[in-house]
Amino acid sequence: MNWLTSYVRPRIRALVERGTPKPEVPENLWHQCPSCERMIFHRDLEANQRVCPHCSHHMRVGPEFRFKTLLDEGSWQRLELPKVPVDPLRFRDSKRYTDRLKEAQAKTKAQDALEAAEGRIGGLPVVLAVMNFEFMGGSMGSAVGEAFVAAAERALASRAAFVVVTASGGARMQEGTLSLVQMARTTIAVERVKEAGLPYIVVLTDPTTGGVTASFAMLGDVHIAEPGAVIGFAGARVIEQTIREKLPPGFQKAEYLLAHGMVDMVVHRFQLRATLARLLDLLLRPVPLPAPVEPVVATPAVEPVEPVADGEPG
Amino acid sequence: MSTLLDFEKPIAELEGKVKELRHLQNGSELDLSEEIARLESRAAKLLAATYAKLTAWQKAQVARHPDRPRFKDYVAELVADFTPLAGDRAFADDAAIQGGLGRFRGRSVMVIGQEKGADTEERVRHNFGMARPEGYRKAVRLMRLAERFGLPVLTFVDTPGAHPGIDAEERGQAEAIARSIACCLELEVPIVSVIVGEGGSGGAIALAAADRVLMLEHSIYSVISPEGCAAILWRAAEKAPEAAEALKFTAQDLLGLGLVDEVVPEPLGGAHRGRQTTIRAVGEAIERHLAELSGRDGPALVAARREKFLAMGRPTEG
Repeated sequence: MNWLTSYVRPRIRALVERGTPKPEVPENLWHQCPSCERMIFHRDLEANQRVCPHCSHHMRVGPEFRFKTLLDEGSWQRLELPKVPVDPLRFRDSKRYTDRLKEAQAKTKAQDALEAAEGRIGGLPVVLAVMNFEFMGGSMGSAVGEAFVAAAERALASRAAFVVVTASGGARMQEGTLSLVQMARTTIAVERVKEAGLPYIVVLTDPTTGGVTASFAMLGDVHIAEPGAVIGFAGARVIEQTIREKLPPGFQKAEYLLAHGMVDMVVHRFQLRATLARLLDLLLRPVPLPAPVEPVVATPAVEPVEPVADGEPG
Repeated sequence: MSTLLDFEKPIAELEGKVKELRHLQNGSELDLSEEIARLESRAAKLLAATYAKLTAWQKAQVARHPDRPRFKDYVAELVADFTPLAGDRAFADDAAIQGGLGRFRGRSVMVIGQEKGADTEERVRHNFGMARPEGYRKAVRLMRLAERFGLPVLTFVDTPGAHPGIDAEERGQAEAIARSIACCLELEVPIVSVIVGEGGSGGAIALAAADRVLMLEHSIYSVISPEGCAAILWRAAEKAPEAAEALKFTAQDLLGLGLVDEVVPEPLGGAHRGRQTTIRAVGEAIERHLAELSGRDGPALVAARREKFLAMGRPTEG
């Protein structure tokens, strides 16, 4: 039935209802994997952290998802992000930039393409900033830059690790050179975090390109990439047009970056939280936590004491 | 003048007529001096009028003019004892970014910049000023060297952008640019940047996260080329003039937005019509800014530089 309900039926519906407004019913209950093209029931997809159960393709996810899956349950709250002047250039192409912004805000229910939360991972304090590719391709303008700076400042104030999940097409053209200088502004924020002796970890997800890669995304103490994520500076099409050659297979994929020394590891989404927790633990707890203090009682020589089965390790 | 921009043609026509009349005058009894003077003044007026209101798109063309002074010209005129240094110590020397030690107005400095090349052969050798990772890594090496000896860093920015290519990606183009920006921002010596032609995106800011960023009057500094922007947002490359206008990348726009510190005037008709005057003006502006920055200690320089960038685009108080 899957292919019937998810493929044939919409097709027929589209034929029948051509020209009429789309009915307000929930979108397909079935998703097609963009990689293997097989259909996945939406609940299975959610249960699988939006990783294709057939081919392991990692689909794009947003800030809320990352907060929920990476931070210790109940430990976190969102940071309020600073407001910035909107549309400083009064930019207009075929559409006004302000209209594009409003559409993106309506679509994502977010202010802009970067959101942040403060919480814990494995008990250690963390500020987690996450980019949202759904919001104008995750592009970086003043709002993203300022939010990034604010998140880094919070990490400094809380003596927390700074973890950033990137997903961006690069700088936001509609803000012109103001978006270009965000590369410098975010870099300053990163430098301050590092100078304070706090870890700065970057999780590169699909896609991370352009000015975001060429600034804070490549300055991490540790770079983790999700499998298959496209990560690079220039877009593949631009390169193809420039050199008029076909690109090698796997070009700019996470695994390619690993092979070329640009990331430390490629980590499956299921292992991401545990990997971050382990890294932070290793960096921030150089000496293991003291073992749970055993009551020092002169052992009576009479009988061996049964250990109390409380099952709560330190 | 070898290259004429479209909007310069009416001026060139008048100037051509003046030349012709002068030639005629030589072998004739007729007095053409009045006519010559009239045409000359018309040409001068037209030049002034044209350059007084260049559109953003025209400025982009002036900024890319092949006869505009380039890195080598500035160094030849402004830097004595220039001693080029090469290589990133890891992979190669990138001819798109040049750099070395020299004396600017008597004091030792490190000079770094993109070089586009003068003719076709040179342009190919310098890859049109489009650097690969090893170029930015060389820049970082030279900046660190300058820092070790307390020498100010001068950068001349003139690039369409970083090189887009398989090799560049393989060797970490993005990482190299990010490190170069970070290096500029950590540097405990003064750093003054001049955008002398085209300031193309990440490849430009890699050398321009500086204490002072100066722009020549008709240079541009943009997140994307007008052609690239038109292709993406208008889906039509011929909309580049509109994109140029919308991107607000002229020196005047950017001074107004507080993203650059000073606009250095060019002679009438652009730097390509008065190369020496332009180079001297740039030299004087650099000297003035270096004088202001000298005497500050490293941490103070870094703190002020960071504050300057962090303040960009923030709502102004009051």
